Amino acid sequence: MTVDRRWRISLRVLALGYLALLLLVPVGLIFFRTFEHGVMGVWESITTPAAIHAFWLTIEVTAIAVPLNTLFGIVMAIALARGNWRGKGLVNALIDLPFAVSPVVIGLSLILVYGVNGWLGGALADAGIQVIFSVPGIVLATIFVSLPFVVREVTPVLREIGDEQEQAAATLGAGGWTTFRRITLPAIRWGVAYGVILSVARCIGEFGAVSVVSGKISGQTETLTLLVEKRFANFDLAGAYAASALLALIALGTLLAMTMIKPRREEGDA
Amino acid sequence: MSATAVTSAPPPSAAAPSAPAWRSSGALGLGIATLWLSIIVLLPLSAVVVRSLDGGLGAFWDAVSSRQAVAALRFTVLVSLATAAVNVVGGTLIAWVLVRDRFPGKKVVNALIDLPFALPTIVAGLTLLTLYGPRSPFGINIAFTQAAVLLALLFVTLPFVIRSVQPVLIELDREMEEAALSLGARNATIFRRIVLPNLVPAILSGAALAFARAVGEFGSIVLISGNIPFRTQVSSVYVFKLIESDAPTSAAAVATVLLLVSLAVLLGIRALGHWGARHDR
Amino acid sequence: MISVTGVTKRFGDYTALDDVSLEVPDGSLTALLGPSGSGKSTLLRIIGGLESPDAGRVVIHGEDQTSVAPQRRGIGFVFQHYAAFKHMTVRDNVAFGLTVRKRPKAEVAAKVDELLEIVGLAGYQKRYPSQLSGGQRQRMALARALAVEPKVLLLDEPFGALDAKVRADLREWLRKLHEEVHVTTLLVTHDQEEAMSIADQIAVMDHSRIEQVGTPRELYDRPETPFVMRFLGPVTQLGEALVRPHDIALSVDARPGSFEAQVARVVHLGFEVRAELVLGDGEEIAVQLTRGEADELEIAVGDIVHVRSTVLPRALAGGAAREPEPDALSA
Repeated sequence: MTVDRRWRISLRVLALGYLALLLLVPVGLIFFRTFEHGVMGVWESITTPAAIHAFWLTIEVTAIAVPLNTLFGIVMAIALARGNWRGKGLVNALIDLPFAVSPVVIGLSLILVYGVNGWLGGALADAGIQVIFSVPGIVLATIFVSLPFVVREVTPVLREIGDEQEQAAATLGAGGWTTFRRITLPAIRWGVAYGVILSVARCIGEFGAVSVVSGKISGQTETLTLLVEKRFANFDLAGAYAASALLALIALGTLLAMTMIKPRREEGDA
Repeated sequence: MSATAVTSAPPPSAAAPSAPAWRSSGALGLGIATLWLSIIVLLPLSAVVVRSLDGGLGAFWDAVSSRQAVAALRFTVLVSLATAAVNVVGGTLIAWVLVRDRFPGKKVVNALIDLPFALPTIVAGLTLLTLYGPRSPFGINIAFTQAAVLLALLFVTLPFVIRSVQPVLIELDREMEEAALSLGARNATIFRRIVLPNLVPAILSGAALAFARAVGEFGSIVLISGNIPFRTQVSSVYVFKLIESDAPTSAAAVATVLLLVSLAVLLGIRALGHWGARHDR
Repeated sequence: MISVTGVTKRFGDYTALDDVSLEVPDGSLTALLGPSGSGKSTLLRIIGGLESPDAGRVVIHGEDQTSVAPQRRGIGFVFQHYAAFKHMTVRDNVAFGLTVRKRPKAEVAAKVDELLEIVGLAGYQKRYPSQLSGGQRQRMALARALAVEPKVLLLDEPFGALDAKVRADLREWLRKLHEEVHVTTLLVTHDQEEAMSIADQIAVMDHSRIEQVGTPRELYDRPETPFVMRFLGPVTQLGEALVRPHDIALSVDARPGSFEAQVARVVHLGFEVRAELVLGDGEEIAVQLTRGEADELEIAVGDIVHVRSTVLPRALAGGAAREPEPDALSA
């Protein structure tokens, strides 16, 4: 149907207006408010020891969670797309859970297992390992929330391209690992890349679950997102905006990466 | 995130012969992966359900049926339904404009739709508070109202319906619309009887995803809502309060209810995926 | 009658139709025949109102319809990939045009049943398109288009997506339907056999122009351009002229107007024999003989023989046509 001009313009205005009010104006405002009083203040704000620590902690946690989930994601994607095994449907459904469960519930669930009174917490404490209110807890929470991304991006790619190439490689004498390394992996690399980017964004942005398990100890278990909240609670608005601006910048960078890679992942092998 | 990734049931004809090469190492890999999934996700979530009964069924029921718990749950469900409803209309509209219309900067707008996926929820909450709170440059102050919660939820759920509808709209057979044209139908009729029915499954899946996300949302709400019990307190914040007041069993009880809601929605989305594909061949 | 005058259509830099004119007689089944990219589908869509021309006019039954919306042209359109409303039953599909016109339910139901009977889908009312075969879906699409009693029926490569056997069956069935229903029908196809076997009149198109219009017989016997000749049947080039293979005679000795050729291969195909020859300029041609003829000539691989046309050639490879003399040089 070719919509006539008046309708088309009105629809466009409505849609763009909604987006502007909900999306663009708020984000634009962060940057405005942040730099309202000059760049120097902002710089100082994000280079305080607490801020620097928060930044590196966030990076560290992400650097642990993402590779682990990527490995899991690739293995699971291959199993889901290529295999036929008992329980496949159930596992497939379970993988979606981190998308559907509230971050606070996730945090609570970790406390109930790894907290001092938790199922494993007591034994771990005896062994000298503290999970809750310590970095390992944050890592576990972050792994939980970012678990499904790589699987969900790679599985459809694997299904699309089929396994004929892998079969051909087998007939030509390639063993399992060689086939994986030289045939499968190159074919899924853009799907993996996209999944990784989504995971990274999720890890950096996680708030609710981490809020519950971390104890928010400044300079020790405070991530960037927790820092924003803390500063806000302490009426350090400028500081909160500064940290937010940093996070927003990272988010925009993520968005850029997503936009560039999105069209590639459908090709299977660019 | 591809909103469709969660909704797509595996295609019925996907015969998946396992390549003989990887069978043994593959099985090991799958075993480890499943173990990973169990430890990271299953174990903690089952702890929530099991330990909610730590104080017995009586305590469970008390925690779940307390006035505050009920009020929080009611508000959470209602505001999440409202979010889904607004997204159905707004999301479909935006998806339509992005697929069928042409204007300068469209690619940028399309990319920005994913911003709520990329932006940390706490930052989203802060910016909405800045814009529509006490220091609003527009003079609009809705902080600590139910409207504020709705606003925050609309922000974080923006991409779901849009990204669910877009691919279906792109794939839609234009010839169906041309056939309807040639048979005498006007645009409004074509949209109502041809386009919309084919979009309904995608719209509903997107709405279900939005609902599920809204029910559990925490970071974007926690600043702007004021968490006023019986007014603007959502279940996730209520659970948080219970945890902080060192009442983990009660928290687990309420959390179990939330989990059940999430599970129900997940199953509903899967069913929707099957239903939506019923006419495809 | 449909009258198209001076229609031109461009898509960006690409010219799909260049000053095209055509007349389609009332009640006829006319085929627009041509290779892909010739503009035939574009012309059909312009007649149907799904595209609008940059220049020219479309007159249907005496009324200028050039800028009239497709809903109001009284046409029926059938698409190559059926364009079935996949979310509706067969009955609702066929009834669609009638329900849009807000006809009473009883009338609609009766009409739908009647049409499904005509197209051989009686009893399929409650099925969905996904439960039908390709051929059935196309018949449903035809029923749907006919339901609103169009003045003109437009078919865009309607059998292109079907298997060869189904295609052949449906093509014959369409011709019979046309003889029963007698709606002016315009059919787009790239399949010359299809056009030749069912159309009253064929318009051959190439590169956004109409090359020639005529009955199948006219086009085959008296092609006006080399393109038309090549498109409608097998063609062999002897020197400057284009000849149909069955108009070539083989002789051992030279005759007036004959060309020398060497036998490369002799293939025995049951009753027929095909001799593959190489002309002096290296061109390879094939000549068909009966067994009797082949035995008489006693040709073998390596022999030098002579080939000539038994009719005066119609079209030169370079372009212009010549009037034939009805009496051919006999073998």
